[in-house]
Amino acid sequence: MDALHDDTLTLYGETFSSRFLLGTALYTSPAVMEASIQAAGCDMVTLGLRRQNPAEGDGDAFWQILRDSGCRLLPNTAGCRSAREAITLAQMSREMFDTPWIKVEVIGDDYNLQPDPFGLLEACRTLIDDGFKVLPYCTDDLVLCQRLREAGCQALMPWGAPIGTGRGLMNRYALETLRERLDVPLIIDAGLGAPSQAAEAMEMGFDGVLLNTAVAKAHRPPLMAEAFAEAITAGRKAHLAGLMQQRQTASPSTPTLGQPFWHSGG
Amino acid sequence: MNEITLSLNDETAHLPADTTLADALQAWHYADRRVAVAINGEFVPRSAYAERVLDDRDRIDVVAPVGGG
Repeated sequence: MDALHDDTLTLYGETFSSRFLLGTALYTSPAVMEASIQAAGCDMVTLGLRRQNPAEGDGDAFWQILRDSGCRLLPNTAGCRSAREAITLAQMSREMFDTPWIKVEVIGDDYNLQPDPFGLLEACRTLIDDGFKVLPYCTDDLVLCQRLREAGCQALMPWGAPIGTGRGLMNRYALETLRERLDVPLIIDAGLGAPSQAAEAMEMGFDGVLLNTAVAKAHRPPLMAEAFAEAITAGRKAHLAGLMQQRQTASPSTPTLGQPFWHSGG
Repeated sequence: MNEITLSLNDETAHLPADTTLADALQAWHYADRRVAVAINGEFVPRSAYAERVLDDRDRIDVVAPVGGG
């Protein structure tokens, strides 16, 4: 781990020792969620706000666990369908959680929960002007990501695949293009189902991974959280080490010089 | 006494006219809960609860933390 000791993730000037961001939804119990957060070793967890009637909910127990985890909180605007909704929910989150961090989601399509790029850009512009530290959940569209960057987003969170699908990095070409063209931290958010996919993203040079369902829906969520953490570390190390170039034909790894039984002119 | 009709988290609610948001939250048993509020889609900061007088037909959203991805 020494090689990674000083390899920290910096978002909006704040340093994170882990490149693994974990969601807090869909766990079978708060205890399983707590154990998963610990196993993931993450520095930041996402959470949301929903309507609550006073007679219902164990919101305080949930809140207590997250507070005790020591993780920084990244509230989301999940489910919002317009910039206006996302802006209002971001303002409510800032007061509720006493944090300027916000994962901005503006959903444009119910079928695949695809971000609405127009509403997203509008919401991000307003929230950045209002002092938020905005992490936009976006598609892998290069021009959208460039516009978000120009709007002042200091990090972007492109999808690997639609939320909850577990399909991995659906469009490697688009993601590679983002990595080549954008000089801000890029976190793959959504669509990852297996640790190997997280390792792949990290090998490609992405700066972090945010996921929820793949851990929460595992038979043993804490063990899966650990698996993802190890994959993210492995992928990061591989990226720093530098992957070899692929080639078309075989190339022997054992020296050919001194090969026995080979006789010229035989 | 005049009564106003409100929407609380998309359910109909009735309160006396001139009720403040702070009093409404008290009446609805939110007083000790960790919540945030929007009225008609606009965020209302905690510091404004005591001043904000509710109008007939106001749509009030009261939210609390939940797990999220």
